Amino acid sequence: MTDALLGGFGRWVLDLSEDMGQFVLLVRSTVQWMWRAPIEWRQTLIQMGRIGVDSLPVTAMTMFFTGMVLALQSGATSKHFFNTPLFVGTVVAFSIVMELGPVLTAVVVAGRAGASIAAELGTMKVTEQIDALYTLGTDPIRYLVIPRLLAFLFVLPLLTVISDFTGILGGFFVSRVKYAIPATVYWHDIVDNMEVKHFVHGYLKTYIFAFLVSMISCYRGVTTRGGAEGVGKSTTRAVVESMVLILVIDYFATALLNALGIT
Amino acid sequence: MIEAVGVVKRFGPRTILRGIDLKVETGETLVIIGGSGCGKSTFLKCVIGLHAPSAGRVVVDGLDVTKLRTESEIADYRRRFGYLFQEGALFDSMTVADNITFGLKYLTDVPKAEYRKIASDSLALVGLKDVEDFKPSELSGGMKKRVALARAIAARPEYILYDEPTTGLDPIMSDVINDLILDLQKQLKVTAIVVTHDMKSAYKVGTRIAMFHEGRALMTGTPEEFRTTDNPFVRQFVDGLSQGPIKMKLKDFEADEAHAAPPAKGAR
Repeated sequence: MTDALLGGFGRWVLDLSEDMGQFVLLVRSTVQWMWRAPIEWRQTLIQMGRIGVDSLPVTAMTMFFTGMVLALQSGATSKHFFNTPLFVGTVVAFSIVMELGPVLTAVVVAGRAGASIAAELGTMKVTEQIDALYTLGTDPIRYLVIPRLLAFLFVLPLLTVISDFTGILGGFFVSRVKYAIPATVYWHDIVDNMEVKHFVHGYLKTYIFAFLVSMISCYRGVTTRGGAEGVGKSTTRAVVESMVLILVIDYFATALLNALGIT
Repeated sequence: MIEAVGVVKRFGPRTILRGIDLKVETGETLVIIGGSGCGKSTFLKCVIGLHAPSAGRVVVDGLDVTKLRTESEIADYRRRFGYLFQEGALFDSMTVADNITFGLKYLTDVPKAEYRKIASDSLALVGLKDVEDFKPSELSGGMKKRVALARAIAARPEYILYDEPTTGLDPIMSDVINDLILDLQKQLKVTAIVVTHDMKSAYKVGTRIAMFHEGRALMTGTPEEFRTTDNPFVRQFVDGLSQGPIKMKLKDFEADEAHAAPPAKGAR
């Protein structure tokens, strides 16, 4: 019994170490290929469309409702204590611009585009299409991974900016309709209390999330083994690992940015 | 000329190739036969450089695949080869024409304006026309295989590696593919390695045949020598018999009995 448990734990540690090592090797090769060969801009543009444009409705809707619920909660809380909804705009904007905008957008895009990348590359792997790329003179990292990484790096920050805006708009909608807060008060709450560095704080984090989600999704895709079952497993792992790491790294990135005074 | 010297390939604890020595002369078609899992496809992937041999070397026209370093060296090596994958491995997001001309951008200096003509010419060589704008999902199994073959020959390689070209096709389509292989041999003067377990195909297209068994080249010879050999391993495979020295796993306990060694304590 103990042997089986220890054996299982040992295998888990070995698998994890191997996974991490291979992931780092993929990241290294990706960086090397960026300098070694011309970028596939056409593929990058196609991916930008798939990751960005196609994700926009779902991220916008998620953030609109997040802004709405934030306004509802903060309005109710301040009303409870002060008998009037105070600083609704400030609470909504700070929460969204610094945390919820970048994190929720990354989580939604990981679920949508990350899963699709892992499934697509996984299917290509098990049907030998990735091997075919080698035989036709190009490298899968150059042709598949770099365009997806670049597309994520270009698009996720943009999506987050739009998310921030729709979230604040959602908050405005509730504060106007539910609490009858005048528009000028809501916007002044935001403009008077926020500085550019608050926006920069959230914006910088999106680059870390973009890198993480794209590389994990590509890694899980190109290392897929087996048939349909393998593709399913890779897709699940890509999404779960991306989502968990977004939340974990968010804490450390926030701590780092705070230490640097970007807060 | 392709020359393999002591090629060993291991995947973790499993050794697939245990020292393959094989020579493919320019202009000939070498057919590699053998049971599933004997290392035929792995060998083919070692030749084109998809797998790096764990030991030994593969030398093609003086170029050692294990020593290719720069991108231009690798491109120069790959340019010599066309590779037909078992299931075709067509890119399903692209049209037939885009599939066929995909490699031209990376392997040749052919101007883009000529891509369409090359696609049509390559399709004509495999007996297809007017399918340039189809997606692979709109094609039948035999057509997919032919399109994959058209893609393999688009950059006019000197060597074509066929990985089980007739697997999954009906007998008539299999023979059509065999004829195509012979036809391409004549028209393009290519050197080819064909991996198959279809003996009819092996006899028809092969100049020489090599049989792999448990990661080694068991016998190499002409189709005639294979027809008449009394090597019991080769005879069993060629005649397709379940009884003989090659033990296939029908049931777990039979496989245990097949291996003469007594089962270890605790073994299932």
